[in-house]
Amino acid sequence: MTPAVKSSAAVQQSDVVLRYLRPHKKFPNLWCPGCGNGIVMSSLVRAIDKLGLAKDNVVLVSGIGCSSRMPVYLDFQALHTTHGRALAFATGVKFARPDLKVVVITGDGDCLSIGGNHLIHACRRNIDITTILINNYIYGMTGGQISPTTPSGSVSTTTPYGNMEKQFEACELAKGAGATFIARTTVYHTSQMDRMITEAIQHRGFSFVEVLSNCHTYYGRLNRLGQATALLRMFQEKAARGKAKSIIDEESKDMIVTGVLHRDDEKTELCDEYQKLLDSLSKGKA
Amino acid sequence: MSSLQTTIEAPVTPVRRSKVDYSQGPQPVSINPTWCKKCNICVALCPQNVLDTDRSGKPVVAHAEECIQCGICWTHCPDAAITSNYR
Repeated sequence: MTPAVKSSAAVQQSDVVLRYLRPHKKFPNLWCPGCGNGIVMSSLVRAIDKLGLAKDNVVLVSGIGCSSRMPVYLDFQALHTTHGRALAFATGVKFARPDLKVVVITGDGDCLSIGGNHLIHACRRNIDITTILINNYIYGMTGGQISPTTPSGSVSTTTPYGNMEKQFEACELAKGAGATFIARTTVYHTSQMDRMITEAIQHRGFSFVEVLSNCHTYYGRLNRLGQATALLRMFQEKAARGKAKSIIDEESKDMIVTGVLHRDDEKTELCDEYQKLLDSLSKGKA
Repeated sequence: MSSLQTTIEAPVTPVRRSKVDYSQGPQPVSINPTWCKKCNICVALCPQNVLDTDRSGKPVVAHAEECIQCGICWTHCPDAAITSNYR
């Protein structure tokens, strides 16, 4: 097959995701038709393919939830752990093998509710882990209960008259806890998501990427927002790039600010500090 | 702020012209029918209205000559069911 479209090194092949799927797994995947998890999966594959990382040098760690099924389908080193404890396991993996790239794939309930404490302490330590938080505003796997990121007023199966609680600002939480790379993007903006995940994996330190995703099966249906395409259009309308942040803060709270929200390359990384300590101790002995 | 509150409508007419002659070679994109779950994200997001649904609800290439190989269909496919034959 001769490529008629001029392909440069920057243009990626359209079948790149197929080369990273586990061959013995049954496809199609178990996610609902139109679920954003699949879009994030192909974006992550494109980012890793762009960086040229070997399959054995990437560890995908996940907890429990819809999004946490992703390492089951991707042919990397995988660790499918207990609910909320993905970051705790990932810290152990990274500390034992600092040469590996550790990517944590987690959902909003997994990361912010039961695993909230692990998140803030991983942020505080500034260990070189890439966390991809797939935020679909609801607990999808267990039947549409409210999660910490459900917007107030939204209907879920446990709040049939609207959510009374306020929602978590995950990126602000990570920033306050000390993460050194924070970005937000949506499943509609796939090229931006590729860029953000690539930068997050390259960044030395704790990097946190919040990907806003669609759960039309529960969140969209209960709030009458429509099917997957309608939710993607909603992300398209509401999203605003990071430069417009000052305008949005004054004018409209309803917009989603996307892009790199915070970056700090000065802070020291935990594995580097540990290596320094080991070196100084071995010098002292000799 | 009125400039921020724009409503985005579905594209009606294609604005860009395809540079590839698809009449000689294979179809611009191929869709894996066993992996497709009929979510129709590709049909809705295609800026050139290349794709359309058939009777069962699955996407088919209806206007191949309009395809500009932008990649929106295969980067947004959650099931990795769409691949291009030219990229």
